[in-house]
Amino acid sequence: MDFLLWVRGPGFDIALVVFLIGILIRLLEVLILGRKPDHSEPRGAELGAGLRTLMTRTLPEQGSFKRSPFTVVGGYIWHIGFFITLFLFVPHIELINATLGLSWPGIASNLIDAVAAVTIVTLLAMLFSRLSHPVKQFLSGPEDYLTWLVTFLPMLTGYLAYHRMIDPYPLVLGLHILSVELLMVVFPFTKLMHAFTFIFARWYNGAMAGRRGVQS
Amino acid sequence: MSKATIERGLNAFREQMNAPIASFFSSCVNCGMCAEACLFYTETGDPKYTPINKLEPFRRVWEQEYTLWGKLKSLLGMSKPVTDELLEAWEPLVYDACTLCGRCSMVCPVGNDISYMIRRAREGFVAAGYAPEGIKGASRRAITIGSPMGVKYPALAAQIKHIEADTGLTIPVDVEGVDYMALLSSMEIMNFPEYMEALARIFKQAGVTWTISSEAFEATNSGIQIGSSDIARELVNRVVVAADKLKVKYVISPECGHAYTAIRWEGPNLIGRPYNFKVVHILELLDELRASGRLKTEGMEDDRLTFHDPCQIVRKGGVLEPPRNLLNMVASNFVDMQDPREMNWCCGGGGGVSANERAEELRIKVFKRKKSQLDELNVDTLVTACANCRLIIEEGLEEYRMEIPVVGLTEMIAEHLVDEKSE
Repeated sequence: MDFLLWVRGPGFDIALVVFLIGILIRLLEVLILGRKPDHSEPRGAELGAGLRTLMTRTLPEQGSFKRSPFTVVGGYIWHIGFFITLFLFVPHIELINATLGLSWPGIASNLIDAVAAVTIVTLLAMLFSRLSHPVKQFLSGPEDYLTWLVTFLPMLTGYLAYHRMIDPYPLVLGLHILSVELLMVVFPFTKLMHAFTFIFARWYNGAMAGRRGVQS
Repeated sequence: MSKATIERGLNAFREQMNAPIASFFSSCVNCGMCAEACLFYTETGDPKYTPINKLEPFRRVWEQEYTLWGKLKSLLGMSKPVTDELLEAWEPLVYDACTLCGRCSMVCPVGNDISYMIRRAREGFVAAGYAPEGIKGASRRAITIGSPMGVKYPALAAQIKHIEADTGLTIPVDVEGVDYMALLSSMEIMNFPEYMEALARIFKQAGVTWTISSEAFEATNSGIQIGSSDIARELVNRVVVAADKLKVKYVISPECGHAYTAIRWEGPNLIGRPYNFKVVHILELLDELRASGRLKTEGMEDDRLTFHDPCQIVRKGGVLEPPRNLLNMVASNFVDMQDPREMNWCCGGGGGVSANERAEELRIKVFKRKKSQLDELNVDTLVTACANCRLIIEEGLEEYRMEIPVVGLTEMIAEHLVDEKSE
């Protein structure tokens, strides 16, 4: 299987380089802009308030939860499901161990299977919501659908590969790896970057409000 | 001011770009949750009022000029330019449908401070010539006459004379070396002179030495609302010069929301250095006087009353505890609205919206949010601490035929001062 060899070898190397260098460039692009010193007399400290907002924004503000329950719950389910299948599926851990020499215990593959199924269904529901909710539909452009697609494909192909739903197996495994590479290549150039920049965003938000004596 | 052009607008957008803004734009995933925090969306159901959508022109500048991918897209002719037409189309979203209340900034899951971005985006709009006539006029009057409502010192002097004659109190003007210099909003001078009287009575009892400056009494700052740092700086500078000239230790920001943001938080950055004096909000000062036992009140309001938290004083200003500490001094039946304090809903008229005639219909519509908050409570009286909120709420209540008197907190405290003669 030349295809599988390519996606495992040169294909993966290319994707990894684009992913890492891309992220580095994007983070530098943000940070080099800096911000001017604030001469107003602070009422509270920035650091602690910023770190606190970084943590507390993980939970929704009460009123927002009541008004957007689907977005909040759906968002939790698929993010958590995605990370469980990515980092706790034993073959993934073995791959990380072979590449980086880091290892941790995984969970039973039938459990991963169930989590993956729930995540796939939730991602489909999120897409449906984006297409039908008036605000999300209004805001969404090609990038929103592209990022959904490149997030969805690794989940779908992984599920197909695990259940050997496509013959021959090396083909579906190759497609799975290729879909991950697609995700990695698209990642730095799209809003998938929020996975890193939300740390700055929440910190700045909390710090600027904290300076004024408000915990945001 | 030099002529407004799209190039000047783009330059202003560029000047406003910084790491927080780039982090915010990089992080938005269009989840739409900010819409549900904004009264312009909740009361109209129109998705164009989603807070993050109001930033589309600014977002394009960021993407096209501050990201590698955006630069590549621009080179390939794949990006949508920022044009006069775009700014013209977005102007009503940025000025009529945002009060800079900052509620969206409290709920964004990735942490975007959207109202901070809109404040900065307005710099680009106004530099390109896209700002509502109402706020342009207010800014022009503020610069040339000294007040957005066109109030000159003689009008203030007449009010002072009037109050002095009515009450026998003294309102000090241009007194050097006192501790405090009080600022006023035009609305307080013209519509709610009770505020000045309340200050005189409270300060007399508490032994606070104070003055008003005849050269810089105006606290409001149209520059902050229209989004012009140049205008805002000029207006802040007048206060700074007067306070330094009178050698005061403190400047008191009045019951006006954006005035506090202007003088307390933006001012030092506009003039590029810290002040030689401190800025206190009147409620902070009253709360200090209360805590130190210098503010003595008697009697309690037994009406069922609630407090409308002015966005710029509470959520964006950090004056969180003083209003309730003071209310508890003089009110026995105080109830909070749903979503109080830093999550309160705006009256709908902040951030320059009240000075913008074009926005009036929309403003009345979104007042339904405050109306439903009040309907739930069934209160006799509404207390607030911002003359603009007060006027907007009075108008809204009248429009929806609700008979709830609106009172300023400082005046309410003054009404309960222990009568010196009876002591």
